[in-house]
Amino acid sequence: MPELIEARGIQFSYQQYRSENVPILRDFSLTIHEGECFCLLGPSGCGKTTALRLVAGFQFPDSGSLTLEGREIGGPGVERAVVFQGDDSLFNWLDAIDNVAFGLRMRGVEKGEREESARKFLRLVGLNGQDRKYPTELSGGMKQRIQIARVLANDPKVLLMDEPFGALDAQTRAELQDEVVRIWMQTRKTILFITHDIGEAILLGDRIGVMRRGPGSNIREIIPVTLPRPRSRATLEFGQLYERINRLIMEEVKLGREAVHVGS
Amino acid sequence: MSAVNTTVIGAGARAQRAARRPFLDSNWMYVISIASMLVLWQLVAGLFFRPEFFPTPLIVVHKGWELVSDGSIWGHIGVSLARIMSGFLIGSLIAAPIGLLMGSFKPIRTFFDPYTQFFRFIPSIAWLTPAVIWFGIGETPKVLIIVYTTIFIVIINTIVGVSNVSENKIWAGRCLGASGRQIFFHVTLPATLPFILTGMRLAMGNSFATVVAAEMIAADQGIGFLIFNSRLWMATDIIFLAIVLLGVLGFTTDRIFRILIRRFARQYGPIE
Repeated sequence: MPELIEARGIQFSYQQYRSENVPILRDFSLTIHEGECFCLLGPSGCGKTTALRLVAGFQFPDSGSLTLEGREIGGPGVERAVVFQGDDSLFNWLDAIDNVAFGLRMRGVEKGEREESARKFLRLVGLNGQDRKYPTELSGGMKQRIQIARVLANDPKVLLMDEPFGALDAQTRAELQDEVVRIWMQTRKTILFITHDIGEAILLGDRIGVMRRGPGSNIREIIPVTLPRPRSRATLEFGQLYERINRLIMEEVKLGREAVHVGS
Repeated sequence: MSAVNTTVIGAGARAQRAARRPFLDSNWMYVISIASMLVLWQLVAGLFFRPEFFPTPLIVVHKGWELVSDGSIWGHIGVSLARIMSGFLIGSLIAAPIGLLMGSFKPIRTFFDPYTQFFRFIPSIAWLTPAVIWFGIGETPKVLIIVYTTIFIVIINTIVGVSNVSENKIWAGRCLGASGRQIFFHVTLPATLPFILTGMRLAMGNSFATVVAAEMIAADQGIGFLIFNSRLWMATDIIFLAIVLLGVLGFTTDRIFRILIRRFARQYGPIE
């Protein structure tokens, strides 16, 4: 049986205006198993988001193979739902329930049925009673909850989450991290979660892929996390794992600085 | 102790602000603003000029009352407004879809771009003579050049609106299974609506300008005709009445338009 998502030997570079192409990913490989939560962790600017955009089908690799259940990814698809970092992906002219029901509406599901389903997923993400509110009337945390409900309602095979809590305050972020763990345990959806927050990666991930510094990044090391869920930051194992990953990332950051010095 | 003091001072300042705000923020400022303009006009016109040269507001109001009483003003107002409204609505209905298509599809944009960039610099009034030759002296040429005026403003605003739709909205729509056609109707169109509405509000202003020019040149009724015709016997009081009337009508239609937007399109986040 093929793995759910398989990336092999991917090269990707950005065309730059009037200068050489900047390599973002070089020989990037990644395997995601059905039902797991995989966290892609790395210093800022290392190409994590690019990796997610490739899996989402928003962009295409220059070379290498990228497959979902053995089939080459050729563009965006309903089986790969993206939760974006900011709230500019929400449809601000639709209320919470219509945002969540959007995918079902596009598929021609009848109004009563899709609203019932949307209500169910709003409850799942802890937003009961906010059905008829518009995104502008909701807080940052609530808006990310709507995004999560919106993709879940569409029943994708995998959730692609691009630093979804990066713009939230610490309190709300912690709340939503717990929420993702709860939802994941309930639905067992495959998740690819992009983050630069080590603690977040350990709280959520079955495996953590630590990326190298850019340019030309790939995964340096994959660290399995076997701690039972729900996890607490206040355990020794958590702390040890945090230190180990932190060292890896510091090394990468240092390498990056040296490269700059040598270059200048 | 200091905490208590802070609270008390804070509360005092709040109370002061609360006491001041209702007056400064309220419609009273509007009234004061308009009244001072009228007083200034009355003083300058009354003290320094003869009424045939620059009539005072009192004279203009008096004249206005006369024309309202004998009913002759309503025809002019009605005709001008009908021309503006029909041209404005037809123009918007044509322009919004073209702007959406131009904004969404590169080939269409490239194809139409030379036309919009060429024709939008030709004032609509320049077309009046050909329009009269082609369509006669009835309502058609006047409405057509207002359509012309409206189209380019709404098209350009709509294109800007489309390019302002956040990429993530489109991607999100695609991920949720929307086809290209569905993206166009369910994402691009509603996300662009505020820009279309703003374009329409701007176009309304230009429609007023155009109708007056058109009526001055080729009409026997309407506010523009009233102004131009009155010059024949130096009826400056009527001319100023018509000028003020234009401002009042423009102000009122924009207000009504905004109220309609707020009532029916609030969720699209219109720019106020």
